[in-house]
Amino acid sequence: MHKTAAIFRREIAYYFQSPVAYAVIAIFLLLAGYFFYNLLGYFNLASLQAMQNPAQAGSLSLTSAVMQPLLGNLCTVLLLLLPLLTMRLFAEERRSGAAELLFTYPVSDASVIVGKFAAAATVYAVMLAMTLPYVALLAHFGDPEPGPIVSGYVGLFLMGIAFLAMGTFFSSLGDSQLIAAATTFGCGLLFLVVGWMTPFVPSGIGAVLGQLSIVHHLEGFARGVIDTNDLVFYASITVFFLFLCARVLDSARWRS
Amino acid sequence: MLRAKPNRCNFFLPGCPARGITVRAGAGAVRAMIEATGLGKRFGPRHAVRDVTFSIGAGEIVGFLGPNGAGKTTTLRMLTGFLPPTSGEARVAGFDVVSQSMEVRSRIGYLPETVPVYRDLTVSAYLEFVGRLKGIARGEQARRIATVVDACGIGDVRGRRIGALSRGYRQRVGLAQALLNDPDVLFLDEPTVGLDPKQIVEIRELIKSLAGRRTVLLSTHILPEVNVLCRRVLIIHQGRLVADARPEDLRARGQGTLRIEVEARAPQDTLAALLARVAGVAAVDTVDINANGDARARVTAHDGDDPREAIVAALVAAGIGLRSMSVASASLEDVFLELVTREE
Repeated sequence: MHKTAAIFRREIAYYFQSPVAYAVIAIFLLLAGYFFYNLLGYFNLASLQAMQNPAQAGSLSLTSAVMQPLLGNLCTVLLLLLPLLTMRLFAEERRSGAAELLFTYPVSDASVIVGKFAAAATVYAVMLAMTLPYVALLAHFGDPEPGPIVSGYVGLFLMGIAFLAMGTFFSSLGDSQLIAAATTFGCGLLFLVVGWMTPFVPSGIGAVLGQLSIVHHLEGFARGVIDTNDLVFYASITVFFLFLCARVLDSARWRS
Repeated sequence: MLRAKPNRCNFFLPGCPARGITVRAGAGAVRAMIEATGLGKRFGPRHAVRDVTFSIGAGEIVGFLGPNGAGKTTTLRMLTGFLPPTSGEARVAGFDVVSQSMEVRSRIGYLPETVPVYRDLTVSAYLEFVGRLKGIARGEQARRIATVVDACGIGDVRGRRIGALSRGYRQRVGLAQALLNDPDVLFLDEPTVGLDPKQIVEIRELIKSLAGRRTVLLSTHILPEVNVLCRRVLIIHQGRLVADARPEDLRARGQGTLRIEVEARAPQDTLAALLARVAGVAAVDTVDINANGDARARVTAHDGDDPREAIVAALVAAGIGLRSMSVASASLEDVFLELVTREE
């Protein structure tokens, strides 16, 4: 635990002493702000129209018109940005040779993986937390339902965690950060769009593919439903990739 | 080629800490700190290391020699638990490097060939990080760091970022991290490569000062380093161990016949002709002029003969002033080159 904490602190220090975390967070907030402003603008437009045509007003809510699409948009932004947080985790030490020293210290692979992964997850949590002022603005000027917002954030966080685990795994595969980022992005994108095939493949396969879709599992959270199905999905993706990462570190010793 | 100066023998310099080891090793009370049995590593079809067997007792400083690509680094990586062997086994400090890797890792210090320290950290922050990973108790941490910082002479750069340090200092930081857990066994992979001569001397002094208390396996392809530091040499070539001996024994291998260097005040031709007539001299190898303008000849004696008195007598009889005479010992380079080129 002590050693995991040491790895964690070292990684956190790296993120915040180098421009990495700042750049990723800044871009994320820029895009998030843009999407928020945009969605709010459309919501205002729709509200004005609803005032002239009260029949439409019933279906209009801050949750469904602003928060839900915002979380959906952020999901795509995260797909692009999170690989940048994880790409260096193992690849950089592989390249610099620091891995050689690290794995001759009395530290288990699991401690190293957990420490690094937790650091990336922390940066991600900070990033996500910095969008909370938008919620505060909504709450100040409007009356959004708190439930779906909370569950939406939980869902987005869990989805991001799964992405980060995937990225940690791809970073452990080689010494190129570029390849780590590209494969993480590609794999994440595949998880995002895999559900698109559902309509025209045999229903059995379609159901499986639909369940594999990362967005599919986010929908429930965005509606305010926390389903164990979705929790288990994100948790298993996370554990699966961290486990693969441990296998890779172990097998790298035999291959190298 | 560097030729060891006659009459100079680094191993018995007074005050050389290596002497302490001789006594202990001779006492027979040492237990093996590094033990390799039939150790081998294959990368696909290529055998990087094959069937390497040796045993190193506590407190020994052993030189691990071999040309580049001979398998030195691979062997060290197996002994440090970074790479598992594909055949044979190794024990370090009594623990198996594969099945008891954590036990081994907590008792060793390792300085890899390229010191891969984190460039963005300061020396202090880096050593604290390593200290935690090595599991040094919180209360001991500061004291241990102070000790190694002092021993490695990096006190004045503690607050500097490692990336901004010179190579020599970075090497010392590497050595400091290796020493941080007060290891029983130290593995140093070419610790002086790429350093300037002054830094080389400093690092060697530092390594020398570790003698006696720790077992050190020092990989190098720089032969004088072995002369200065080690009481025992392992030579590896093409993945196989080709020699395991004391440096002086290795040199003795090249000394079946006596080679004598004579410097005298005489024309070169005269000296050569005179020496060739002396009984016991098999051949006059080279004759040249030394820095003082004297003629210098190297002669080879007949096997088992020692014609030094005869040479002196002949020179005196001819009225030639003898300036110096010495036995040229075979250098470690000669033996090393012979061992590693024999099979090719």
